[in-house]
Amino acid sequence: MSTPSSAATLLAPVSGRRRTTDLIMRGLLGLGTVIALIPLVLVIYYLFSRGLKGIGSGFFTTDPTGNFLGDPGGVKSAIIGTLEIVGLASVIAIPLGIGVALYLVEFGKKTVFAQIVRYLVDVMTGVPSIVFGLFVYITLVTTKFGGASFTGYKGSFALALLMLPVVTRSAEVVLGLVPEALREAALALGVPRWKVTLKIVLPTALPGLITGSLLAVARGMGETAPLLFTAATVNGTTYNLGQRMNSLPAQIYADISQPNNDIVNRAWAAALTLVVLILVITLIARVAARRSRVS
Amino acid sequence: MSSDPITREPKQEIPMSSTEADPPETRTDPAAAGASASGAAAVSAPPGHSMSVRDVNAYYGDTHAIKGVSIEYKANEVTAMIGPSGCGKSTLLRCLNRMHEEIPGARAEGQILLDDTDIYGPGVDVVSVRRAVGMVFQKPNPFPTMSIFDNVAAGLKLNGVKGVDMKERVEKSLRGAGLWDEVKDRLSSPGIGLSGGQQQRLCIARTIAVEPRVVLMDEPCSALDPIATLKVEDLIHDLKQEYTIVIVTHNMQQAARVADTTAFFLLGDMVEHAKTEDIFSNPKDSRTEEYVTGKFG
Repeated sequence: MSTPSSAATLLAPVSGRRRTTDLIMRGLLGLGTVIALIPLVLVIYYLFSRGLKGIGSGFFTTDPTGNFLGDPGGVKSAIIGTLEIVGLASVIAIPLGIGVALYLVEFGKKTVFAQIVRYLVDVMTGVPSIVFGLFVYITLVTTKFGGASFTGYKGSFALALLMLPVVTRSAEVVLGLVPEALREAALALGVPRWKVTLKIVLPTALPGLITGSLLAVARGMGETAPLLFTAATVNGTTYNLGQRMNSLPAQIYADISQPNNDIVNRAWAAALTLVVLILVITLIARVAARRSRVS
Repeated sequence: MSSDPITREPKQEIPMSSTEADPPETRTDPAAAGASASGAAAVSAPPGHSMSVRDVNAYYGDTHAIKGVSIEYKANEVTAMIGPSGCGKSTLLRCLNRMHEEIPGARAEGQILLDDTDIYGPGVDVVSVRRAVGMVFQKPNPFPTMSIFDNVAAGLKLNGVKGVDMKERVEKSLRGAGLWDEVKDRLSSPGIGLSGGQQQRLCIARTIAVEPRVVLMDEPCSALDPIATLKVEDLIHDLKQEYTIVIVTHNMQQAARVADTTAFFLLGDMVEHAKTEDIFSNPKDSRTEEYVTGKFG
């Protein structure tokens, strides 16, 4: 480096090897992404190609007939059951979960109690869904709580238990992202703490809270195990959560093992229905959240 | 100081022990109140309110951030607090409306009087202290979910104040903050859509909309460009007609431009508090001189 180098030598490639490494790494990452996409695309492909076959006339408007031969019927009772069971579970789990998260972020903070709650929520997130089903089965179903053994609302309880930690965890993260400056601004205006939480923190975090809650709803909708021994499976339609109730995952579980092509196709169609249902609910909530933010 | 901090004499306009439902005081004519308090002779009494800090210590956990500071903030004056980072000036500012205690592990001891009521006294509601002593922060922090109008009205709305013409108060506050002409046609658009300087003036409007007695400013211009800074400084000049202002600043030229008196802080102690021109041209303490002439800090 004794002689002053010209601009051309200064800006010359540092080494060919660096470029090659860069190229190879980019290629590998791209390849990895493609490999990860393959199963996703395949799931969607099979869902549509086989599911659409199963959707005939009366698929959404008739109940399963229960006949092994002939017309297997539709999934009306399962759709209604899923909506009602998950609906009740959401009504229980979402406010409760957000409430717990609010406590942890706004009031509990680093106290010992809050740390214990946090730890328990983490543990609960990892508990397999069938365990919640078993828990409700033992405490509410075998004891014939409320008169009947298997009922829709007991399925809701099991799902709510499953959804609660999911809601709490995601809500805690989102609420923690609300800038401290906003809380301080409101407090400095002489706004009491609870109003700061209610009128400033919650609205600011709303879009994120909705996303997290939807994640929990979607998770709850797809669960089979907690419903099998709480809400059970039936054929007929009921709107009453106090009775045995059908649900889409339970219907799929029952149908897919049948040695009858029509019934197996109905399982695929039910699966497609479930996925589309989750998609629609997500879209509606997203649009609603965007609306509320503008006003 | 009267022995009972919550006596309600006529001169004491701030209902310190107010409950939640209390609207924060429709303001009585300050001049009249001052006159009734100190007799007919006090016609020339300043309409504002003073604060005095008496032997205050503040801590963050084990860290002793403010070491027995006493200082007077005169009514309708701008007091600047300067000093190197970590000298405790912001901490002291936050003690003045009890925001200091919002930080986990932080606490303060001593007496801080607003007129002659100890804001740390028993029976004093921290919420009413903050309604009487407003604060503008370093970074503009308008509420992101609210429109310009709602941002200004936030303090009143969230405090459930009734019997106030919101539109009139919002306009008055925005005019007071020198922002009205720039935003009057888009009051319903989001507050975070404004530029940084406008956002800061929006925050000032939000603060004065609840009609506090004292306005605290924590480096209000440090995130602003020179033109926006100039506007805020002009605003401070106007605001002191109505409010007592305490401003923390890192910018010594700014202190020289806006403040009537300036206090120099170092390592949790107040070194010197005097008229601004004295601090900058004729400081008594050698450390003050070294700081204002740029020899350290």
